[in-house]
Amino acid sequence: MRSVGAAAVCALTVAASVFAGEISPAARRSGYDFMGRESRAMQDDETANPGMLWVLEGASLWQRKSGTAGRACADCHGDAGTSMKGVAARYPAFDSTAGRTLDLEQRINGCRVDRQQAPALAWESRELLALTAYVGRQSRGVAIDAATDARARPFVDAGRATFQRRQGQLNLSCSQCHDDHWGRQLAGNVIPQAHPTGYPIYRLEWQSLGSLQRRLRNCLVGMRAEPYDYGAPELVDLELYLMWRARGMPLETPAVRP
Amino acid sequence: MAKALISVPARARRGEIVEIKTLVSHPMETGYRRSQVGERIPRDIIRLFVCTYNGVEIFRAELHPAIAANPFIAFPTVATESGTLTFQWTGDNGFSVTESAAITVE
Repeated sequence: MRSVGAAAVCALTVAASVFAGEISPAARRSGYDFMGRESRAMQDDETANPGMLWVLEGASLWQRKSGTAGRACADCHGDAGTSMKGVAARYPAFDSTAGRTLDLEQRINGCRVDRQQAPALAWESRELLALTAYVGRQSRGVAIDAATDARARPFVDAGRATFQRRQGQLNLSCSQCHDDHWGRQLAGNVIPQAHPTGYPIYRLEWQSLGSLQRRLRNCLVGMRAEPYDYGAPELVDLELYLMWRARGMPLETPAVRP
Repeated sequence: MAKALISVPARARRGEIVEIKTLVSHPMETGYRRSQVGERIPRDIIRLFVCTYNGVEIFRAELHPAIAANPFIAFPTVATESGTLTFQWTGDNGFSVTESAAITVE
């Protein structure tokens, strides 16, 4: 009798963890809260945060004339401190020309190609990371406000479907770790809730700054799934879904993560 | 390009202990790693960091392959007189970055 009861409790626990679903707004935690004291101190101190090296480089790129149009970002957008405040908190955003959502990196490259008539910057290149970090830095502390546009909704849904779909040789979905088992250990690391609050991040493991797409591709490789290419619609949809899922949480760009 | 980030208090009282913080942009490639095709990636690290205060050396550090990319070095010093702190990082492949910061001691 007792073992039947225990089995029932077990079954209930398993069912609860399988169907835990999305995290309630009150239970959401930034990856910052899962870090050690030293890493948090590194992020908080702007003279110790290595991400600031990219932000400073972005500030100089912002002023530099580029492309055949001979224009700098600042020539159109002026002082980034005012014109770019809150922008990163709204991306990925729907773009009517593209007919789909674009992330911040794609938006910056769109501006480069169309307005500056300069070649697009490569994904994860130092320049693109620097500009993204610089623009992102202007929104530090601003609450995430992505996917308020009704036209972005189908892309949020597509991102959610990708997040919840099992894939790879391990047959895992993103949701199984980040919705159902956050706070528990995966090898030596705590599983965070996967809120993209501080991208681009300085990841200690990378010894460098990296984008959200790089992080997502890392996770996909860990699941032994074939990672989507940089700029693939699936990755942008995932980014959008994650930003929507983290709506209201303050941006920390450039964040430090282990 | 932003090469280094320096934090020195702009003002200090004479005799006060102040904290100097430096962060420099560098990959600190160890020389022990191999590329995806098995070729050895040559070592590229900062070897030496020196800080001078009005021309007098007050801090020196030798860096080695085990030190992470973008080395952060912080140290205290006594604010003795107004002047300039000069920071120099030198390393492999002719790497050399010099930065300076002013301090007013009253």
